[in-house]
Amino acid sequence: MKWYITKRLFMLIPVLLGVSILAFSLIRLAPGDPAVTIAGQHASPQVISAIREKYGLNKPLTTQYWIWLKQVLHGDLGRSIVSNEFVAKEILERFPNTIELTMLSMFFAIIAGCIAGIISASRQYSIFDYSIMGLALFGVSLPVFWLGIMLMMIFGVWLRWLPISGRISMMISFQRITGFYLLDSLITGNLAAFISSLRYLILPSIALSTIPMATIARVTRSSMLEVLRQDFIRTERAKGLSERMVIYKHAVRNAMIPVITVIGLNFGLLLAGAILTETVFSWPGIGRYVVNGVTMRDYPVVQGCVLFFASMFVIVNLITDIVYVYIDPRIHYG
Amino acid sequence: MKSKLFIILLLTVGLVFSVVGAASASGTLVFGSSGDVSGLDPADVTDGESIQRMDNIFEGLVEFESGSTLIKPCLATSWETSADGTEIVFHLREGVKFHDGTDFNADAVVFSFARQYDTTHPYNQYGEWPYWGYMFYDVDRMEKIDDFTVKLVLKRPNASIMTSLAMFTVCIVSPTNAEKYKEDAFKNPCGTGPFKFVEWVKDDHITLEANENYWRERASLDKLIFKVISDPSARLMALEVGEVQGIEYPNPADLDRIKANKDLKLLTEPGMNVGYMAMNEGYGYIDENKNGVRDLDSEPLVKTPGYFEPLTKKEVRQAINLAIDKQSIVDNLYMGTAIKAKNGMPPFMLGYNDAIEDYPYDPARAKELLAKAGYPDGFEVTLYVMPVSRPYMFDPPKIGEAIQSYLAAVGITVKFYQVDWGTYLQETMEGNHQMCLLGWTGDNGDPDNFMNVLYGANACSIGTAGNYAFYTNNTNQELLSAALATYDEEKRAAYYKKAQEMIHEDAGWVYLAHSNQNMVFKSNVNGFVINPTSRYFFYPVVIE
Repeated sequence: MKWYITKRLFMLIPVLLGVSILAFSLIRLAPGDPAVTIAGQHASPQVISAIREKYGLNKPLTTQYWIWLKQVLHGDLGRSIVSNEFVAKEILERFPNTIELTMLSMFFAIIAGCIAGIISASRQYSIFDYSIMGLALFGVSLPVFWLGIMLMMIFGVWLRWLPISGRISMMISFQRITGFYLLDSLITGNLAAFISSLRYLILPSIALSTIPMATIARVTRSSMLEVLRQDFIRTERAKGLSERMVIYKHAVRNAMIPVITVIGLNFGLLLAGAILTETVFSWPGIGRYVVNGVTMRDYPVVQGCVLFFASMFVIVNLITDIVYVYIDPRIHYG
Repeated sequence: MKSKLFIILLLTVGLVFSVVGAASASGTLVFGSSGDVSGLDPADVTDGESIQRMDNIFEGLVEFESGSTLIKPCLATSWETSADGTEIVFHLREGVKFHDGTDFNADAVVFSFARQYDTTHPYNQYGEWPYWGYMFYDVDRMEKIDDFTVKLVLKRPNASIMTSLAMFTVCIVSPTNAEKYKEDAFKNPCGTGPFKFVEWVKDDHITLEANENYWRERASLDKLIFKVISDPSARLMALEVGEVQGIEYPNPADLDRIKANKDLKLLTEPGMNVGYMAMNEGYGYIDENKNGVRDLDSEPLVKTPGYFEPLTKKEVRQAINLAIDKQSIVDNLYMGTAIKAKNGMPPFMLGYNDAIEDYPYDPARAKELLAKAGYPDGFEVTLYVMPVSRPYMFDPPKIGEAIQSYLAAVGITVKFYQVDWGTYLQETMEGNHQMCLLGWTGDNGDPDNFMNVLYGANACSIGTAGNYAFYTNNTNQELLSAALATYDEEKRAAYYKKAQEMIHEDAGWVYLAHSNQNMVFKSNVNGFVINPTSRYFFYPVVIE
């Protein structure tokens, strides 16, 4: 197992190297010049060339790549061209916001998705089954930005139950420690801040959770259906176990492997999906950071974020693989 | 057990959904803005968001009169200009303190200027100073005379310098603060303005609070928070439910909904911009010595790459002006968020010539003029259509199509040409176009920043042109240069008025529109005045 994890971690190197080359070249292929973006359209050519020189943008591309790669190997993602701040620091500042949003979305998605899938499978071809699967199809196809605006309209403007955009009410003074607002408010015993940040979390989490929720529901259903047709289930039933016991005690556990794979994959996708949600709900996370980086042609920011997202994706997949062992003891890694 | 859990769950849900914290504390104004700032050093930014925050933290020697670009004293109480117009002596206000307690004096003024132009200055390394080279190229140095007197020395007389001194670039920063934070001073701004900086949570909000020791009366607002809400629909919804008390850039499509809401008020003012179609008159010059001025002896006129015979004739250009129904374009394509333009600068500016009568929409007369010029059957011409939308040109492709159909009615066939924005600017500066859509948003509020930059013969340099019609009239350039060299406002205005008459008669441009700035506030928020330069001054704002 240890050997397996080490091997997987070593495999990160070629993956991240490939990603770094892609990230580096893609943003440079896009038209636009960061020096012009910083200096403004009216700036004199001298100012622009001074900026290019300062950030090494006038060097050949391969040289620029080597310089950046060397920095990255030293754990330094470079400085943002626009804000002049360290990219790694900026990412870490925003990361808790994105994680908090993603975690809650995943929580919603897993709970609702699994329950819907299990019930659907146990009542196959019922009206309930059809409507759940119809809803799931709807959920996968909904554009997040549209759903986001609709949620704001309904729960924010009409019903006035929940706030529309941002991270916490501007009227609450609040001390940031870890950057995880829910955690920080609990540490400082600030109940008002806890409730406020929870209220601000709900709509964006729901918007973000629809796609994984729908996927999880569909996979759970098909996986459950497969398990329910197997011999040991028939044996359980023949033994006289109640249908409840059969499904929740025996079938669900066996049906979970593909579901966990999907959850793992979706977690990575969620991080990326957060880009749209964060934009619609003005959520100060990494998604917004990378979008701003792209529009400003802030090369170090885009490269750093892409590299960061890729590492997260690979690590989450690795964790998924490890979790298999605990769910299904038959699985061994050599 | 289960029922206990259920009750806890119910209580939590109840708490979360209960409407708390939505009401605003009086004295706090949360403003929903479209983006976050890039930095908070006034001399080192070019984006509107950063500038608008700093307008409330910093002050300059002079400032704008409310809602205009005319200047009045601020940190300088008075000034005198030398006879040759190259030296301006400023008398500074006494008893003013920066937010960190440092005294405001001549040293602070010299520090704020010198760090930008003096490459040997220890603080020069901490910024790019992008606006210095562009707007203050005529400044030689700033000198201290005594603790409360400074002298600005110019390389040559420049009447627009006083307007430029109201720009954010030359706001006065605390030298002690700069020393304390060095390269991080941009995150810890410290000025003399009505609000003090409290915190900046990146991509989320910036909080300012009233400066209790302000040299004028303390601001009515206790707190001013700029909250980032990038989506315009979400921004309006946040205003409707009271999460914010004011917003910028509403969607034009939402204006009716805003007007219908008694709880909101819409502020609209003409913006400092102009959108136009330029017709290449055919000739420019190569700026061999790169001084931005055409030397009549050594820099002769040459054909631009986009030279096109019909457009070199004044009658044809006038005919095109007559053939386009501008009012209809403004009403339908700018959706009522702009006013029709007849001159090349906005109407509120010094020297705007309101006596000029715009070309009416008269296709019959246009046809007559075309026949007179020798084109009774029209011709085929290429129009460069901008690939991006700008405040002065909301929907360039639709505007292009409208122009195409109007010109078709008088026999002129218009073909479109589109490239990416960077290339577009480059090609039009080189004069590759026959006709192009473009526009301008002003920098400092001075007429020179429109007239000389866009319509002067000096701006007809192929490759770096700002005069996209390549209108190379030297008499006109002489008027514009004379206007820049005189400090007498009446004389300046007269020069600009005359220049606009000549430009109108020559008809190298079809001026389409000046688009408006729109802002929306809760109806109990009073005192905000839109400034033509899109800068936000919240000092006079009161929440009733």
